[in-house]
Amino acid sequence: MASMVDDDPRIIEFDVRTDEMLVNMGPQHPSTHGVLRLVLRTDGEVVSEVEPHIGYLHRCAEKIGENLTHRQFIPYTDRMDYLAAMNMNLGWALAVEKLMKYQVSEKARHLRVLIAELNRIASHLVGMGAYGLDLGTFSPFLYAFREREKILDLFEEACGARLTYSYITVGGLTADLPPGWLQRCEAFLDQFEPIIKEYHALLTTNAIFVKRTANIGIMSPELAIEYGCSGPVLRGSGVDQDMRRDGEAIYTAMYEGYAFEVAVMKDGHYPRDHEYPAVPADAVLGDCWHRFFVRMLEVVQSMDLVRQAIDRYSACKGALGEPLKLTEKMPAGDAYLETECPKGQMGFYIVSDGSATPWRARARSSSFSNLAVAHELCRGCLIADVPAIVGSLDIVMGEIDR
Amino acid sequence: MRGPEFLEQLDEALPGAVVGRNLEALDPWIDVAPERIADVCRWLATRSPVRFDSLQCITAVDWCEPDPKKAAKVAWQPHLEMVYHLWSTSARVSLVLKAKLPRWKADVPGQPPEIPSLCGVWRGANWHEREVYDLSGVWFTGHPDLRRILCPEDWEGFPLRKDYEMPLDYHGIRGK
Repeated sequence: MASMVDDDPRIIEFDVRTDEMLVNMGPQHPSTHGVLRLVLRTDGEVVSEVEPHIGYLHRCAEKIGENLTHRQFIPYTDRMDYLAAMNMNLGWALAVEKLMKYQVSEKARHLRVLIAELNRIASHLVGMGAYGLDLGTFSPFLYAFREREKILDLFEEACGARLTYSYITVGGLTADLPPGWLQRCEAFLDQFEPIIKEYHALLTTNAIFVKRTANIGIMSPELAIEYGCSGPVLRGSGVDQDMRRDGEAIYTAMYEGYAFEVAVMKDGHYPRDHEYPAVPADAVLGDCWHRFFVRMLEVVQSMDLVRQAIDRYSACKGALGEPLKLTEKMPAGDAYLETECPKGQMGFYIVSDGSATPWRARARSSSFSNLAVAHELCRGCLIADVPAIVGSLDIVMGEIDR
Repeated sequence: MRGPEFLEQLDEALPGAVVGRNLEALDPWIDVAPERIADVCRWLATRSPVRFDSLQCITAVDWCEPDPKKAAKVAWQPHLEMVYHLWSTSARVSLVLKAKLPRWKADVPGQPPEIPSLCGVWRGANWHEREVYDLSGVWFTGHPDLRRILCPEDWEGFPLRKDYEMPLDYHGIRGK
């Protein structure tokens, strides 16, 4: 027993420690993406331990969900991942529809794909711009928000809101698109496509950016899986998984007939459906750069999907269909469904006792699992790399704290 | 995959651990004896033909009706139900485990019931279990650092219990 204590590196550290310091980062620190507090234990510039403290934005949305009917809960899902509220709405709506065995019309299905993928672009733009901010460059943020603004304008036209949409709802969507919307959306895509090159020049291939992100915060695929990481964080480690392809039938059926390749590095290269800059020599699979790059690939992928959705939606002849009534009863039982949101796999679990109000509403947040792994990634890194690592996880506190 | 053969293998490896099943449900689930949950999960993560390498979600469902008039009509006895959603990255299938717990340990209100922690099987269980402890009041034995995660450390009670009452005052902040 005595030898075990002697061998423990922590004990030896403790004996000789000279200037170990506790540093508080946040909860109002700009690079913590909202109200996240990180307590760093440092020895000079080297971080030995990071402990995230969360809960500053906790509203107990799950308890609220037990007191409202399924459709009344939709606006609360908006406030989880408020940068991708459409995807949150969709996750909850599909979970309820799974429990009710309800199928939306063909037109609603394509409109949902269109809207959800458009929101994915907006979310990744914020992720990209804010990541630049974390690393000390301000201009990419402005470039990203300039384009995101146009997506928000489109959303505003469609549903009246710019951030908390409640547009996709249980049983369909609250309204059909206004006249001329599709043309304006296409015009936006045409204008946006060449701009991606600017982003790659500003960040992806920028020498300083590569130095700050390549070979930093490397996460092995095993670690990512064990922590339940998902989305670009998981794919950045080279795990080929995307719920849009691998998820449950009710969700994959939505994407049936759509052509897309999962943005993940396979056999040493990324999908070659578009021209992308080469992977820098310093980058290692699973580092911050790869997590960022997967998001950039998904922006192009989503643009493709939006184009496909526009075609299919405009070819649909039938009506959009009315959403379900607010007080429509759910059958007794339970259903769990995970959807691929921009930040990762968002899961909703509903337990019903046969009334319109869920007995239990559970939200499994992707950012929650993605942040839980941060302390493993930050062990032994420099203080300046902590924002680089936490930023590469692209977390949203509204979703973590719920 | 989630069919009877798979369950037979589990039964053979860990006799008596599976106490119930519902394979016809929307998400087929198996009912596990709570004290065996960590053994079952370890088997599923390391030995089973389909390796469930990821824990996606832990939920505690409080089956309790605080209104005595309605409580007389319900078909179940008050209890707490643990629901574990597992996922296999290689086979791309999910599995649902459930375990029944008493609402309180030894029927003393305020004393969380106990269930073994899964932190030894998946490190990612750490935060999920802290959240369930914080909001639903379940004590995970063997957890390395079980304390509140979303609510403040000095918060009282477990908000997701059905008989929870919102405090009227918290450090001078009015509750209702």
